[in-house]
Amino acid sequence: MTLREQLREKISAAFYRHGLLCASYPVPIILFTSASILTCCYPLLRLPLPGTGPVEFTTGVRDYSAPSSVPHGELGERPDWYHGLPVAYIQQVLVKAAVSPWDSSLVPVDAFRSPLGRVFSLLEEIRNHVHSDGSGARSLESLCLQVTDLLPGLRRMQSVLPEHGCLLVSPGNYWQNQRDLFDTDPDLLKTIHKHEPKGLHTSATLRDLLFGVPGKYTGVSHYNKRRVVTYTITVVLSRYDASFLNSLRSRLKQLYPSANCSLRDDHMVHVHFKEEIGIAELIPLVTTYIILFAYIYFSTRKIDMVKSKWGLALAAVVTVLSSLLMSVGLCTLFGLTPTLNGGEIFPYLVVVIGLENVLVLTKSVVSTPVDLEVKLRIAQGLSNESWSIMKNMATELCIILIGYFTLVPAIQEFCLFAVVGLVSDFFLQMFFFTTVLSIDIRRMELADLNRRLPAEAGLPPPKPGPLRAREVPPPSRPSPHTITLQTPPLRSFPRLPKRLRVVYFLARTRLAQRIIMAGTVIWIGILVYTDPAGLRTYLAAQVSEQSPLGDPGGGGLPPHLDVAPVFRGADPTSTLGVHPPPEPTPLPENQSEGHHAAPRLAILSHSAPPAVPQITWGAEDEEGWRRLSFRHWPSLFGYYNITLAKRYISILPVIPVTLHLSPQEAMDTRHPQDTRHPPPTPAPPKVSQDLQADITLYKVAALGLAAGVLLVLLLFFLYRILCPRNYGQNGMATGRHRRGDLPCDDYGYTPPVSEISPLLLRGHSMDIECLASDGMLLASCCLAGQIRVWDAQTGDCLTVIPNNPLRRSSSSSGCWEQRDGWDSSTTGPESECLCSEAQDLSLGGDVPSEDEGYPVRRRSTPVRTALFADQPDLTPLIDTNFSFQPTTNSSACPSSDPSTPPAGGFDFGGLVERAYQEHESPSPSAYPSPSSASSSPPTGASMLLQRRASLGETASSPPTQDRALMGGAQADWDSSVWAMDLRGNLIAAGRSNGKLELWDAVEGTLRCINDDGVSGITALAFLNNRIVAARLNGSLDFFTIEINKPLGLLQYRGAPGRAALPASPCYSSEDVLSCQLTRSVQCAHQKPITVLKAAAGRVVTGSQDHTVRVYRLEDSCCLFTLQGHSGGITAIYIDQTMVLASGGQDGAICLWDVLTGSRVSHVYGHRGDVTSLVCTTTCVISSGLDDVICIWDRSTGIKIYSIQQEVGCGASLGVISESLLVTGGQGCVSFWDLSYGDLLQTVYLGPSGDGQGVRQLLVLDNAAIVCDFGSELSLVYVPSVLEKLD
Amino acid sequence: MNPLPCCLCRSTNLLIRGALLFSVGVFLALVLNLLQVQRNVTLFPPDVLSSIFSSAWWVPPCCGTASALIGLLYPCIDSRLGEPHKFKREWSSVMRCVAVFVGINHASAKVDFANNVQLSLTLAALSIGLWWTFDRSRSGFGLGVTIALLATLATQLLVYNGLFQYTSPDFLYIRSWLPCIFFAGVITMGNIGRQLALYEYKFIQEKMHQD
Repeated sequence: MTLREQLREKISAAFYRHGLLCASYPVPIILFTSASILTCCYPLLRLPLPGTGPVEFTTGVRDYSAPSSVPHGELGERPDWYHGLPVAYIQQVLVKAAVSPWDSSLVPVDAFRSPLGRVFSLLEEIRNHVHSDGSGARSLESLCLQVTDLLPGLRRMQSVLPEHGCLLVSPGNYWQNQRDLFDTDPDLLKTIHKHEPKGLHTSATLRDLLFGVPGKYTGVSHYNKRRVVTYTITVVLSRYDASFLNSLRSRLKQLYPSANCSLRDDHMVHVHFKEEIGIAELIPLVTTYIILFAYIYFSTRKIDMVKSKWGLALAAVVTVLSSLLMSVGLCTLFGLTPTLNGGEIFPYLVVVIGLENVLVLTKSVVSTPVDLEVKLRIAQGLSNESWSIMKNMATELCIILIGYFTLVPAIQEFCLFAVVGLVSDFFLQMFFFTTVLSIDIRRMELADLNRRLPAEAGLPPPKPGPLRAREVPPPSRPSPHTITLQTPPLRSFPRLPKRLRVVYFLARTRLAQRIIMAGTVIWIGILVYTDPAGLRTYLAAQVSEQSPLGDPGGGGLPPHLDVAPVFRGADPTSTLGVHPPPEPTPLPENQSEGHHAAPRLAILSHSAPPAVPQITWGAEDEEGWRRLSFRHWPSLFGYYNITLAKRYISILPVIPVTLHLSPQEAMDTRHPQDTRHPPPTPAPPKVSQDLQADITLYKVAALGLAAGVLLVLLLFFLYRILCPRNYGQNGMATGRHRRGDLPCDDYGYTPPVSEISPLLLRGHSMDIECLASDGMLLASCCLAGQIRVWDAQTGDCLTVIPNNPLRRSSSSSGCWEQRDGWDSSTTGPESECLCSEAQDLSLGGDVPSEDEGYPVRRRSTPVRTALFADQPDLTPLIDTNFSFQPTTNSSACPSSDPSTPPAGGFDFGGLVERAYQEHESPSPSAYPSPSSASSSPPTGASMLLQRRASLGETASSPPTQDRALMGGAQADWDSSVWAMDLRGNLIAAGRSNGKLELWDAVEGTLRCINDDGVSGITALAFLNNRIVAARLNGSLDFFTIEINKPLGLLQYRGAPGRAALPASPCYSSEDVLSCQLTRSVQCAHQKPITVLKAAAGRVVTGSQDHTVRVYRLEDSCCLFTLQGHSGGITAIYIDQTMVLASGGQDGAICLWDVLTGSRVSHVYGHRGDVTSLVCTTTCVISSGLDDVICIWDRSTGIKIYSIQQEVGCGASLGVISESLLVTGGQGCVSFWDLSYGDLLQTVYLGPSGDGQGVRQLLVLDNAAIVCDFGSELSLVYVPSVLEKLD
Repeated sequence: MNPLPCCLCRSTNLLIRGALLFSVGVFLALVLNLLQVQRNVTLFPPDVLSSIFSSAWWVPPCCGTASALIGLLYPCIDSRLGEPHKFKREWSSVMRCVAVFVGINHASAKVDFANNVQLSLTLAALSIGLWWTFDRSRSGFGLGVTIALLATLATQLLVYNGLFQYTSPDFLYIRSWLPCIFFAGVITMGNIGRQLALYEYKFIQEKMHQD
């Protein structure tokens, strides 16, 4: 044993134990895992939350010095971005100006024209301020941030924003900082509004930028009640010069003292802006996320055959996500700070870690045998995949390690995260996901148990569920045979027209309702939000109260939130003198000198009257910029192509400036056109105005509400019209079904109900062993050796060929057997292919599938529709029918007393004779004999003779040779039928003692017999007039049927219009058949031949000796010996197109080229024998002992998907059409869509079928399926396929 | 099942497949080009949307055509060589492949490497890893290398003729990582093409059956 194998075994054993552990203690393990996830994610709390909002840091002004450019390691509360110089220092001069006292002669424009006009002198003052101390004179020009061009896209702002100079913005920019332009401007507001953007705007507007305060605080409007105008002059400095700024501050304070201003000026705020994600960055990001979601979707779609698909998919995603979180958390814990953009690398991390292992685990676990205990299943599944999981893990770790050695920091970090993520993902898979899986599997088993228990208890059997656990079992059926079926989903075999599919899609997804619902909800939300009394104002108020940086978003703030205007009745005149109109300050005075400033300030400050509190300064003015949009500064700088992303600016304390203007001055600066705005009518009392506003508000609200109600009603009616509730539930009055009541699809849409009633063909006493059909007839042979021939269309039993006379004589007489067959043949609907005799004899017309659950009941209380009304005595006679097995029905059948049969049989014969005398049969040659004469027991000899007589009178008597054959009773009753085939009206039966018998299927007579061989016939093929028999000793015999009549007299059976019939010659009963051994290949195989198939002129045999041989049918020549299997051949498929597939005990499936004998492909698909193989033009379908049905692509040999079957039902499968697969289950057959692998329908065969699996399944030409079902046969029509064939 | 509708159906399917591949190629070209465009420092770029189309107009159609060709060529070569591609033929794997391809582009655009040799070597290793993880077929490798070399040559010629140029060429006139990107792109498009072909194969079978 190599080291590798040892390792492999050890790993497998470890995984096995681990699986046992996980499945045994699911809850503790899940708790433990959750705890460890939470622990590992705990360090994440310390990471900053993602977001693009700016962060602030406040320092004192006095000891301020620009931080060094190297980031400090551990400097207390100092944030890590606070290093290096800021982009700019912002110095705002906050101006509050008012005309006081206000008298009635003033027009509204006066409230802001002269205050705004003062900005020019202030600007002049600031621009020309020069501070000189020991280090020389400095002016603003040398300190301010010099800007160049605006961005090319901002041409329209060129006139208002400064270019090629200091970045200094103020309302004066509207007039190019020229007083005369301002003075000649007839309409200031129009100028201001001219630059406002139209429509919605998200960023800061030009007005905000220039005024420096949010628009509604400026007071520049005609309806300003407070008549205080607020604006700022914003100076952007590139360098910080404390002395210059101090001198400017004291100069302005001295000129325009703000008496009651107590603004703090000792703090400067540094605002750091996060990286903004632009659309250019967003598009790749979004793309990667879309790819990620597609990946997750396509991955989780593969999770199948579990109880809750969604639950497991969620668990898988949770596993991957939390492993990533754990990885980040662990890395943070050990001191690694993530520097990569998490959002960017996240999709790649997920893709690298992948969901594959999880899916592989799921697949492996669900493919373990279902009858095992859950623990063992989990353990087995884990250990099966352990090696590949470990190998993948090792490979990925290697790749990532290689990536680590690229020595690129970013890739190294990525790899580090990926390694930790992989390891934690492995941990989570092993503990979390495995446990979740075990819980899921256990739930599924519980569901199975629940389904099975009542059946064992003898209660009305709830149907064994469809094979997929997620399918909802069908509802209780009205009768045991009638199945309420889920109509196939739309893409299945009834190919619907496109528009219907669209409609169905709409109906299925309830798209219309959902859209309408969503629309209504959104609309109501909008209504509530925009309602004047509604949410929006409240929210806006809340936001502006709480977040200092939040943009209050244009209007809607109730006035009481604003600064309370104070117009006290103080003496207004006292202000006049104190505030002289600022004549242009001469330059020398605007120069401050460091040591002079304070005294001058002290000198001048005394003159400031303390009692002029018209303009108040509050705390909110201290940092007025907070009321601006947080994009204010980025957008201002952005205009000059300066980014603030990942950088910071320092905002210096504002310089307050208070301006009081006299009415006279206001009137002086008045523009001639200003007066056309009349002074507003004396404002009504505030209360009444509020009331009025309230009333309008209520009006609007009521109107809105009414409109809303109307719209909702309208939509409701639309909804009712467009989406009627009963989507085609066959007009059921019960309305909508509860979910789970009917088979619903994922959307709860209940499809229209259709019913399929399988025809039950009863009569066999024991389990059915062989099935053969040629499309018209159906021959079955049970373990007891009885062969029955049925009409494949109607399900009528045409002939019964009994087996052992001795056995039967002990139980009942042969005539009962005949009767039984007769009765069966007379029941059932008439079909055109039935001979007229059958019609004549259809005395009792009860369809077996109607109301009666048990054959016994049917026989005891029959419903006879007497065809011959003139023969009243016929019916009761036939009523004495019974089954020949006394154990089942002798007690239930009073008339089946063993003493009566001879009389009954005699009467019957007489009656029949009479019937035929009265009603002349049109085609006597095709008269179906009730039973073969040779089957008659010795005890019933007289009856038999009578029967013979009747037959002889009505039908043409069989040839004497035949009679002699029958009389001789050469058929060996001791042997059992091992193989059977049916062609035309001949049944070829191969017996265990090596005899080959040919029976007439219609008449039930033995036509010839061949006993050349002694070894048992294991397989038979009947093609044209040749029979190939494979024997137990490995020899292969070729027989030819020879007819004494010329071939021209061969009849073709069946109606002329029926094209679907195989053109098999019908050997009429007059012909003398002989079956001759033409060639015997003695040692065709070394070991017993297990499979024999013939088609397209080839005979293919498969044997225990691992080989497949191909013979030509005409000359019995062995063409190829195909070797390739490593086990005995168990299944072979060959069809007219010379497709040859073989499956062996090794679980391998080989596809061969019949023309060249070469192997086309070779796949291993099953654990254990391949039990059945079918090919379509595109795919190969195989089933194995492991109860899995695999669908392979025929050309590529790739497994497309597999279907897990119930135990013991794997072998039975058939293909009805190219896309419809039928498989047998426990008492049911299931129809699958081949192209998608979806379960379409499950048809339950009968009430007693819970324990019995369908072992054989035969697809007839007329799209019917015959399957054995214990001792019964079931004939299921697939109507939609029938339509399709037509 | 007369041959004419079958042929017709096959050619229409080929067209549909080509169109799909073309659109995928155009989309990837636009997005990846956006990645390559250096970070726009403006916060208010006046032409946000136009930066998507910042490359010359002929670049996306060229990429689209090339990807359609490659995506059709791969399954064709597979069938010619008679060795059908069996490795990981699932959409999830294809998605993974595309994601890794975008990641390689991302790395080449955003990650700061010490020098160009390191960058090129890393990308080459990543591309080979991509091939090994998602393809593992000799034909895929051969075709990838061939097309990558041809495309590099074509780019050289284009740059030489002055149709466009790289900001900092380090390999004659172009960037040295270009062949790696081309190789990864070829592998990715081949993967998509093969998967589409698999679907189309099924579809045609179904259609033929319906007929």
